[in-house]
Amino acid sequence: MFEYAPAPESRAVVEVKPSYGLFIDGEFVDGEDRNKTVNPASEEVLAEVAWAGPANVDRAVRAARRAYDEVWGPMSGRDRAKYLFRIARIVQERSRELAVLESLDNGKPIRESRDVDLPLVAAHFFYYAGWADKLGHAGYGPDPRPLGVAGQVIPWNFPLLMLAWKIAPALAAGNTVVLKPAETTPLTALLFAEICQQADLPPGVVNIVTGAGETGRALVEHDGIAKVAFTGSTEVGRQIARSVAGTRKKLTLELGGKAANIVFDDAPVDQAVEGIVNGIFFNQGHVCCAGSRLLVQESVYDEVLGSLKRRMARLRVGDPLDKNTDIGAINSAAQLDRIRELSEIGSSEGAERWSPPCELPDRGFWFAPTIFTGVSQAHRIAREEIFGPVLSVLTFRTPAEAVEKANNTPYGLSAGIWTDKGSRILWMADRLRAGVVWANTFNKFDPTSPFGGYKESGYGREGGRQGLEAYLDV
Amino acid sequence: MSERIAVRKTYKLFIGGKFPRSESGRSYPVQNSNVALASRKDVRDAVLAARAAVKGWSGATAYNRGQILYRVAEMLEGRRDQFVGLGVPAAEVDEAIDRWVWYAGWADKLTQVYGNANPVAGPYFNLSAPEPTGVVGVLAPTEPALLGLVSVVAPAIVSGNTVVVLVAEASPLPAITLSEVLATSDLPGGVVNLLTGRPAETAPWLAGHMDVNALDLTGVDDPELAAELERAAAGNLKRVLRPAAGPVDWTADPGVGRMTALLETKTVWHPKGV
Amino acid sequence: MTATTASARSDLSEVGRSEATLRTFLHGLPGVDQVGAEQRAAMLGTRSIKTSAKAWAIDLAIRMVDLTTLEGADTPGKVRALAAKALRPDPADPSCPSVAAVCVYPTMVPVAAAVLWGGTPGPAGPSEDGTGSDGFRAGSGSDNGSVPRLGLLGEPSDGRGPRDGTDRAGGRLALPGPAPASRVHLASVATAFPSGQAPLEVRLADTRAAVAAGADEIDMVINRGAFLSGRYQEVYDEIFAVKAACGNAHLKVILETGELATYDSVRRASWLAMLAGADFIKTSTGKVPVAATLPVTLVMLEAVRDFRDATGRQVGVKPAGGIRTTKDAIKYLVLVNETAGPDWLHPDWFRFGASSLLNDLLMQRTKLSTGVYSGPDYFTLD
Repeated sequence: MFEYAPAPESRAVVEVKPSYGLFIDGEFVDGEDRNKTVNPASEEVLAEVAWAGPANVDRAVRAARRAYDEVWGPMSGRDRAKYLFRIARIVQERSRELAVLESLDNGKPIRESRDVDLPLVAAHFFYYAGWADKLGHAGYGPDPRPLGVAGQVIPWNFPLLMLAWKIAPALAAGNTVVLKPAETTPLTALLFAEICQQADLPPGVVNIVTGAGETGRALVEHDGIAKVAFTGSTEVGRQIARSVAGTRKKLTLELGGKAANIVFDDAPVDQAVEGIVNGIFFNQGHVCCAGSRLLVQESVYDEVLGSLKRRMARLRVGDPLDKNTDIGAINSAAQLDRIRELSEIGSSEGAERWSPPCELPDRGFWFAPTIFTGVSQAHRIAREEIFGPVLSVLTFRTPAEAVEKANNTPYGLSAGIWTDKGSRILWMADRLRAGVVWANTFNKFDPTSPFGGYKESGYGREGGRQGLEAYLDV
Repeated sequence: MSERIAVRKTYKLFIGGKFPRSESGRSYPVQNSNVALASRKDVRDAVLAARAAVKGWSGATAYNRGQILYRVAEMLEGRRDQFVGLGVPAAEVDEAIDRWVWYAGWADKLTQVYGNANPVAGPYFNLSAPEPTGVVGVLAPTEPALLGLVSVVAPAIVSGNTVVVLVAEASPLPAITLSEVLATSDLPGGVVNLLTGRPAETAPWLAGHMDVNALDLTGVDDPELAAELERAAAGNLKRVLRPAAGPVDWTADPGVGRMTALLETKTVWHPKGV
Repeated sequence: MTATTASARSDLSEVGRSEATLRTFLHGLPGVDQVGAEQRAAMLGTRSIKTSAKAWAIDLAIRMVDLTTLEGADTPGKVRALAAKALRPDPADPSCPSVAAVCVYPTMVPVAAAVLWGGTPGPAGPSEDGTGSDGFRAGSGSDNGSVPRLGLLGEPSDGRGPRDGTDRAGGRLALPGPAPASRVHLASVATAFPSGQAPLEVRLADTRAAVAAGADEIDMVINRGAFLSGRYQEVYDEIFAVKAACGNAHLKVILETGELATYDSVRRASWLAMLAGADFIKTSTGKVPVAATLPVTLVMLEAVRDFRDATGRQVGVKPAGGIRTTKDAIKYLVLVNETAGPDWLHPDWFRFGASSLLNDLLMQRTKLSTGVYSGPDYFTLD
């Protein structure tokens, strides 16, 4: 047997400090509370992080407002662009450091943080940097204006990438920001704050307030912000939509999903199996656009399932810092509980559960890659977002049935189609109610490509020309 | 010669291309006519009709939708005097006709102007195109009765959405007459549904309806009601068009904001290979 | 794909019966998405193989090398040196394994045989009756002209016997010749290599001559012109005929993937070759600009995996050309491991057609054992 020896990425490339403050007005300051952030792969405490209370949030919003009024707002687009290009470059230069820190704090495999997250972070800043002095050409009128201070709340699944998706377009459009990272993954945002200092970004343009839900609420409800951008669960998105009702705050939401990944009998089957695996096991399934419902045409069900299981048996679960790891740790004990609970419901509702033989580490939060077969549309595991490495497998017979089942969900973020027939792809793509349709591929992202959902998956788009609209007064 | 006894019109609702009375049997007097007073069940029926019409209307070609909107303008032109007779100023009727013409021309341009190819960093075809969001609930402005209504309905349906419109309580007659125009313009039944009555009573049902995708609050004057409806709309994350912050000049260039606010962007990826 | 039922086997055994059945079958194979296949191969190329895994992989890679010289300028002296190196790649280190085979032109076969086997017939031997005594996988049906095209499938047990006498029973140890020599096979290209552009009778004669001269492995090239113009039956029949001409020698079928242009064609050609009796499918002659690549090998590994699932018969894979570094070779081994699986991680089932690769493997091997980087001056140049 070809046993790959451990190939750990060096932790020494990043210095994890014992404690971190909030980043307000260009400086690190104490918060009203402190909390620990842990490595989900080992439960080891990584650092103590300040948690912002309402007073801290208020200070951050006021700093951002002042920076907007006095510095960033009056600054030419050309100069804003240069700051953003500078940030993009520093991210590239320090990418390994950021990748290791991301994997430590989040639990995702270093291969993904190194090869997916970080390149996309840099690319996102690079892309929006170029827009800063070309806003008049973006299709929103000759001289679109920024909104003011943007309050941004991001999730823990792609901590730094979601930061980039929020901050880059906001700053390019001329807004200033107060951003709250997720409480379990604050570290790369705080390292990003250092990068802002290194880039000599004017104080107050970017403010990072760490904390949990209460901090987010204080930010979203603050009177001084003109714009709320949230990525996270549909439930919290609903609360935020209610809380901004009746205000003039502009709102964009990127919420949950329950994407169908549809495999036809003429699919390029090996690539389809890769796409299924990538669709649900990428980032431990902590992906809002994950292809968590596999719809297989009945005529190839056995073949696809057989190949999928064989492929799953090759997945390497373990140490996120090992360069050969495919599936890392579940981000938190709470998320692990949720995945376990829904999986148990799947079993008790009669679906058949399967995982490859898979040794999981003793410490840390782990969940083996899992598929459920014999799932029907009525099962909770076919309807609710599990946000973990759990795939529900359903079948269909005709294209129309596939569309019907795919759309039969309150969500509408993404969908996948696998077939060699071009006209069928386009027919399907027209009918799928989802913001992103991947045909013969899955989970591909690019700063030029708008991302966002239909229905309860939220509104507004991130990425592309469309991504600017969220931060302009249009 | 004795004076001819006029045949009066019964002002009814417009749901699914038909003209039913309110299921509640209620009506209220306006300008000496009895106008149907829609109930929550009429809202329910209208949403069903609007949902049923989505597939056909959004699936129609843009060229076809554009021609139908233009046909509305033609039919409206022919009934110009009828609206003037209802007290709508002639200039407003003209403006309303022209607005249909303006939006008709947008049908086959929206995708070009608001869609784009995206140069992703990889071997992929990647195209973003706008699509209708689905069923849109609309609270029409009270004034101007005809131009205001046309100005909120046309931008919603031109892209393929269908609408359930709560007509302002005080000015329903031009709306009902407009529905007669719509009914004779090749517009498929259910694309536009008009409910007369008291929006304050029916709007919460529309705002909370889980099968409505977007809510246009333009006609809501009361900020408290607008906030309440926006909160209700959050139940299924409806796209919400808030009332304008200040007075609206309905004769000004309408811009594209009303259309784009009711669009989704769909992005399709495909590998490029041999 | 996972089914190995008797019905599946008999179905496939009928496939070569006519142009129509071949076409239907080959065109019914799932397509290959180029971008997805290349991304998968690239991702596997990021595997980081370190320390003990690397040492294991290097030794395995050495044992998988078909040390090759296929030049117009080849001389007996050059071939003798090559064969000697095949036996003892690193004279300074007796623990270094021999390579899998030497691969030469037919005229050089006797020269190589003399070095490898001391003048005695090689392990396969020019067998007249087609019943080799060394447990070769090949041969079933190859001498049975009365049942054409049917006998090559569905005989997995004698088709899958071990070949490597060093670690499996029934191997070469019983054969004459010095023990180390018995480990190394002797491969000859044949069939008007590399173009394949000669009359069938000439190519068959070429094959018989190479086997008679002592080659126990034959590397043939398919007729790409016929394949690309859809004359599948013609390609099938030629492979079938060459297989018969091979006697007990193993047949490696070179698809010349650089000329097939698409992965769909690579997949179809792989199946066509296997259906016609190939023991190995090989990427390239090394004589066209595009030789072995990771994604092409990925597609071929998928084909042999699926073919075994369908028929029970295991076929080997040989990427050839362009693999020059240890890093490259290890990427291929990772590809084998995670695509076809560990069953193929053996010189019987996976080979590298290469020449300069061996020295890099030796240098890396020395680096691992000594802890210092070595240099080309410390390894023989051939």
